[in-house]
Amino acid sequence: MQKYSIFNLVKNAFSNHENWDLAWKDPTPKEEYDVVIIGGGGHGLATAYYLAKEHNITKVAIIEKGWIGGGNVGRNTTIIRSNYMHDENALFSEFGMDLWRKMSQDLNYNVMFSPRGIINLAHSDSQMNAYARRGNSMRLNGIDAVLLNREQVKEIIPMADFSEDVRFPIFGGLMQPSAGTARHDAVAWGYARQADSMGVDIIQNCEVTGFDVTAGKINGIRTSRGNIKTKKVGLCVAGSTNILAEKLNMTLPIETHLLQACVSEPVKPILDRVVTFGAGHFYISQSDKGEMVMGGDLDGYNSYAQRGNLPTLQHVLTEGIAMMPFLSKLKMLRTWGGIMDMSMDGSPIIDKTHIDGLYLNCGWCYGGFKATPASGWTFAHTIAQDRVHELNAGFSLNRFSSGHLIDEKGLGTKTWIS
Amino acid sequence: MLHIKCPHCGMRSQNEFSYGGDASVKRPELNKEISDEEWDNFVYNRKSLRGKHLELWQHLYGCRQWIKVERDTSTHEIFNTYKADEEIS
Repeated sequence: MQKYSIFNLVKNAFSNHENWDLAWKDPTPKEEYDVVIIGGGGHGLATAYYLAKEHNITKVAIIEKGWIGGGNVGRNTTIIRSNYMHDENALFSEFGMDLWRKMSQDLNYNVMFSPRGIINLAHSDSQMNAYARRGNSMRLNGIDAVLLNREQVKEIIPMADFSEDVRFPIFGGLMQPSAGTARHDAVAWGYARQADSMGVDIIQNCEVTGFDVTAGKINGIRTSRGNIKTKKVGLCVAGSTNILAEKLNMTLPIETHLLQACVSEPVKPILDRVVTFGAGHFYISQSDKGEMVMGGDLDGYNSYAQRGNLPTLQHVLTEGIAMMPFLSKLKMLRTWGGIMDMSMDGSPIIDKTHIDGLYLNCGWCYGGFKATPASGWTFAHTIAQDRVHELNAGFSLNRFSSGHLIDEKGLGTKTWIS
Repeated sequence: MLHIKCPHCGMRSQNEFSYGGDASVKRPELNKEISDEEWDNFVYNRKSLRGKHLELWQHLYGCRQWIKVERDTSTHEIFNTYKADEEIS
């Protein structure tokens, strides 16, 4: 594989950058693989990469119905954080933060990781108390957390509305300084390029149509480009999890919902943090191009359409304008939607299943992007060793029946409870 | 925006309704032996169909009645709406 470096950049400049290698190949599916990963999004690509890198398993195929990076990894708001209270989420995400910090070097691909910090705004005394508690829990787990009072928040984001007569005045906030953003497409491309270079077959435009399961064991998959034999299959298909589960006669604690995001026209730098509104569900950051990147609530009903409706967008942006009134002057550039695998407790599932050789990675709700490296790493471990790693032991499928829910925010698909 | 025909009030905007999830889920019968699996299926497990989906909505900012809506989850097309206790053939 051609290394991306300043030397190679200069060298290729002499040939008008026309002789770069393709970043990944376009192979035809082989007859058999050791592991097949279904879903060529961030999590699937990362899983294949860590299977090759950490476990030396390179006879791996990634089966993607569309094109890699065309799903949720290209449709998110690029936020990376580990500001969780519960141990399972906190330790898992903080492990991921470490991988994020090293990712550009590790992948030899600039993912533009920008640890600019995230601030969750508080709008009441009780919310400040709740944030103090969450911040303390985070620090006990080795995650940086700073409780900010009103004046400290004002110093960092003076463009927010600090008037005292608004419906939700800003009391303070909880900041995780090491949180931030990254270039989402680069994450997909970086993982794809490295996985490909280690022998992983990235097979695009290939739809999974069925599974060969005999005597409780997986023997292969059927696809639109032929049958593939394999003893191990990892599902990494986010919003399409239920569709594939149906082919396996499984019913999961997952519902597929629609989440919208949007960006404004690009403006000069004004916001150098990620900020979330505490009295609703709204988050904002500014991209390197200058666009304000914003998102919020689910549309609220089951949906497989990758496009949303205006009422939710209006609701979300109303919150945004309440928080930062200058946003009302901006023109909207783009809006889009992605389909989320909403789990019933709001936390993910990375586990084995009752079918031998079938592994499940789903339930990412609002937080799939930031989990990409940790999800890939732990899922690769679960597949390679046929047992869960302690980092994803809590994300079990049977926690719903055993009662060990990880109710981080006490909501999953039921957004109206929040 | 969705337009939902409330069987009691007529065609109304989505903004008047709140969503109540899969309408095909049945609560296990009381006073019977109920397995953990049956409770799981009632409380957590969902088919989350792509395509025709029968679901509950409440006309919250209207007549406050719960209704059933048959909607396509991939196109958002609404085929039919029913009263909550209406038998659907």
